[in-house]
Order: sequence, then structure tokens, then C-alpha cells
Amino acid sequence: MAESEAQGADYEAEHVHSVYEEIASHFSSTRYKPWPIVERFLKEQRDGTVGADVGCGNGKYLAVNKRVFIVGSDRSTNLVKIAREHEPHSTVVADNLSLPHPSGVFDFAISIAVIHHLSTPSRRVEAVKCILDLLRPASRSASLDGGKAFIYVWALEQKDSRRGWDEGHEQDVMVPWVLKQKKVKEPKQRKRDGASNEVVAAEGEQKPDGDQTFLRYYHLYKKGELESDIEQAGGAVVESGYEKDNWWAIASLK
Amino acid sequence: MKLLTLNFLTCAIKTCKTNPASFPLHPRDAELEIQEADLNLTFLKNILPRLMWEELRVISSELGLPELPATPPAPADLVEPSNTPLDTAEVTLAEGGAEAQEVEETPSQTAKDLHRILLETCIQEGKLVCGSCGHEYAVKEGVANFLLPGHLV
Repeated sequence: MAESEAQGADYEAEHVHSVYEEIASHFSSTRYKPWPIVERFLKEQRDGTVGADVGCGNGKYLAVNKRVFIVGSDRSTNLVKIAREHEPHSTVVADNLSLPHPSGVFDFAISIAVIHHLSTPSRRVEAVKCILDLLRPASRSASLDGGKAFIYVWALEQKDSRRGWDEGHEQDVMVPWVLKQKKVKEPKQRKRDGASNEVVAAEGEQKPDGDQTFLRYYHLYKKGELESDIEQAGGAVVESGYEKDNWWAIASLK
Repeated sequence: MKLLTLNFLTCAIKTCKTNPASFPLHPRDAELEIQEADLNLTFLKNILPRLMWEELRVISSELGLPELPATPPAPADLVEPSNTPLDTAEVTLAEGGAEAQEVEETPSQTAKDLHRILLETCIQEGKLVCGSCGHEYAVKEGVANFLLPGHLV
């Protein structure tokens, strides 16, 4: 994790943003199945409502409901270029701490597997605040509920998962992403001399078989932490729970 | 990037958001492209109350597009009148029977025009300029980029 608040942005640029830019295409090909609970939230939205997908990645949640209009945003240009295929929605490149949206105009917002990439406690709370800021306040005259945000993060408590983390483990971790090299490229990779290997090492560790490993920074949330962040950001927790290695919460304005 | 998106975009710089001049962002040196899309009448009707009409008129005129009417169309203006009796339409709406509506109703010219401007007219290249601070956001290959340089974050 970043050593200080001030270094947070630089740390994430190196250990999150540049990694996703590199692995965008492969990452996207593995991310097509929406989490059922997020799918349910999106399908529950009334027709014609307007939403934001903060950190939309390859846009897999943009495909769920065509009766609403979602503006997706992501830090990675390469992922946004993949995400924009989903009609009738729209996608832009943006940072989740500097979102280019007017305050209080969205009926709903989602941020799925995003804020766990922020590297300091205050940046994670700020990320929640930025999501809450998007939401439309409740309107008494129109008897409309205020907007709701669905936030989903990786859990520390996942002892049955492939990673095996659990309560009491380190919460700030580097998680490898292995990019398999195509077979035809292998001979070339092996011929590389020391000088060119150094360049590769700067981007990602080069394994002898030609695979490249990229490390992404994650903050693993422990029980109650997401709810606490929402409270600290000035929001209210409407509903929250655990689903297959992840914590989720639906938040609203207070 | 389709023009409807501009209805939900403003300057990414926090201090600008409270300034009304930051909305809408103004297209500059824009190259437009028509990307045909299926017209979804229910979607158009539902999105109608969310449109900042005055601001859309400004953007549309800045882009040299045909002038939008002074007042926003009503949902009924989007349907070809001869096709479905109004009372039937209202009943369907009350039941939330969006599917049935799509089959029965024919989009009016007003609906087609609105669809053309909001969902088919796309900014492919150019800039979006904040009316408050003057910051320019680039649009390349149809993707607007709102990442800020370090000193503006």
C-alpha cells in the first residue's frame, strides 16, 4: 500500500492503472459473467432511469439492462474502448476520485470491484463519497426515493477461495495476473538478451516459458469495513452482505 | 460519444461543479459522425423528463445541427397519433407493459429527430470545454478523456 496519502495516486498509477492498461484485452475476455446480485440490482431499476457505472471495466454490467441509460467510466482507455460497444449506454475515461458528472442527477450508481484498488483509507472513503455525490436526493413532492449505490469489494475472509486469505491476514496485497504468451512468440522471447529482459522486467516479470506476470494492488475488506467507509463518507447503508469472496453494500444519501 | 452523454457530463475539476457555467461542456472543433442505432420508443419517452432541454439546444446549435424546438416534446408527441388511441397507450403505461407498447406504437417524426440527435449523432474527435475554468477535455476515436493533469486534481 502507499506509505502516505500524498503518494496514493502515484502508487495506484503504477500498481493498478498501468497494469489494467496492459492486461485490458485478456482481462476483458475473462470478465463476461455478471455477479447475480449486481444483475438483480440493475434489473430492479425502473425503465428510463439513469445510472453511473464507476470503474466499468470492459462494461459487462452495461449489457444487463437496456431500459436504463448508464454512463460508464473507467481509468483505463483500453477497457473503455471495449466497454463502449454496449448500446444504448455510453462510456468515458475518468478517475473515480474526479468524476465528470454533475452532482445529484443519477438514480443509481454501481462500482463493482473498484474501490479496493485505492491504496489508503482516506482515498477509499473519498471514493465512496464521490459515488454518493452522484445520487439524486429523495424528492418528497414527487414521492421518489433517493438514488441508491451498489458497491462491491473483495473480502479478506475467503478461506475456501483459490487465494485462501482469511481473517487476521494482511489486508494490503499484491495479486498476480498472468498473461500467457502466444505459442508463436515463444522462440523470440527466449532469444532475448539481458538488456531487453530488463525492459520486460520493468513492465512485468518475464517467466522462462514466456508468460508475463503483472501484480495489481488490492485492499481486502474485512467484515464491516465497507459499511464503516460508507458511514464515514456521509452515506447510509440500506442493505449489505457477503457473496462468494466479496462484501457488498447498497448505500444511499443520509 | 453520443450527444445524450453530454446531458450527464460536467467538468471533472471539483471546484467547477458548483459553478453553473460548468454545465454543459461545450464541444469545440468537433467531428461528428452518425452511428445508426435502433430506435427504442419506450427508452426515448422515459429519458425525456431527464433532459436538460435548454442546454441541449445550446450544444446542438454550437455543433451546427438543426435547431431543436424551444420547448421539449411531450411523451405523446413521440408517437404517431393515428396509430394508437391515447387511452390505450396510457393503460399500457400504467401496467408497465413496455414490450406491448413497442409493438403497437409507431415513432413520430419528432421521436425520429430526437433519436437522431441524442443517440445517433456522435462526437468522434474534438474537445469538450468547461465554461467555468476553460479546461479542454479531448475526444479521440469517440472516447472522451476526463483524466486531469496532477496539478488540477
